[in-house]
Amino acid sequence: MGHERVSVQSGDFDVSTELAALRRDDGGVGAVVSFVGTVRDLGHGDTVTAMELEHYPGMTEKSIDAMIDEAFRRFELRAARVIHRVGVLQPLDQIVLVAVTSAHRGQAFQACEFLMDYLKTQAPFWKKEHSAGGAHWVDARVADDQALARWGLGTQGNANS
Amino acid sequence: MTESMIVRVRYFASVREALGAGDSLSLARDATVGAVRDALIALSPGHAQALGRGRAVRMALNQALCDESATVPDGSELAFFPPVTGG
Repeated sequence: MGHERVSVQSGDFDVSTELAALRRDDGGVGAVVSFVGTVRDLGHGDTVTAMELEHYPGMTEKSIDAMIDEAFRRFELRAARVIHRVGVLQPLDQIVLVAVTSAHRGQAFQACEFLMDYLKTQAPFWKKEHSAGGAHWVDARVADDQALARWGLGTQGNANS
Repeated sequence: MTESMIVRVRYFASVREALGAGDSLSLARDATVGAVRDALIALSPGHAQALGRGRAVRMALNQALCDESATVPDGSELAFFPPVTGG
């Protein structure tokens, strides 16, 4: 498996290129599942003009790498890929890609969802929304912590209650 | 006399905006994360405001999420930040 597993980058990504690379030369793959997160243009009832993403260089890559290891332990995966953008993004931009391959769809769907739930609550990224009214940091959502709890994992109490 | 150690502290997101990129502290060896947080809170009213126990603050010791009971090894990097919101 020659492909890179984790990328934290300012530039955009091409989903087709990534999926092709992920299953290249692997005849054992019967299912490819991917999730793409994008920037909404509405936050707190105000039109979002830009979304800024800060991260913790070093810890970000390590924590995503560890979560992919955990996904390989839990599910029958053949390959996994996570790309997360940082810096200033615009509404409609792609933010994140999680893609996995497996022999069958069930394991692939589950692993993709597991990775997204983990990423939302454990990887050190922070979003700041810019709008005509000013800029504010996005609050963590309790629903994201609850989503992670489904997998029997603690959340370090991530969300603001 | 107790031996001391240096801990490098980093801040991110709203905590960074309030306090800057980080601080460096000299503390007694075998201090816990909670003891480091106490020492930081004592630095200034701004620190007390941003890192107070009533705030939703998460911590990472040498780039892994931790809680306040963790012991901080000499030369560690300790980070304080709000709950994460990526994805």
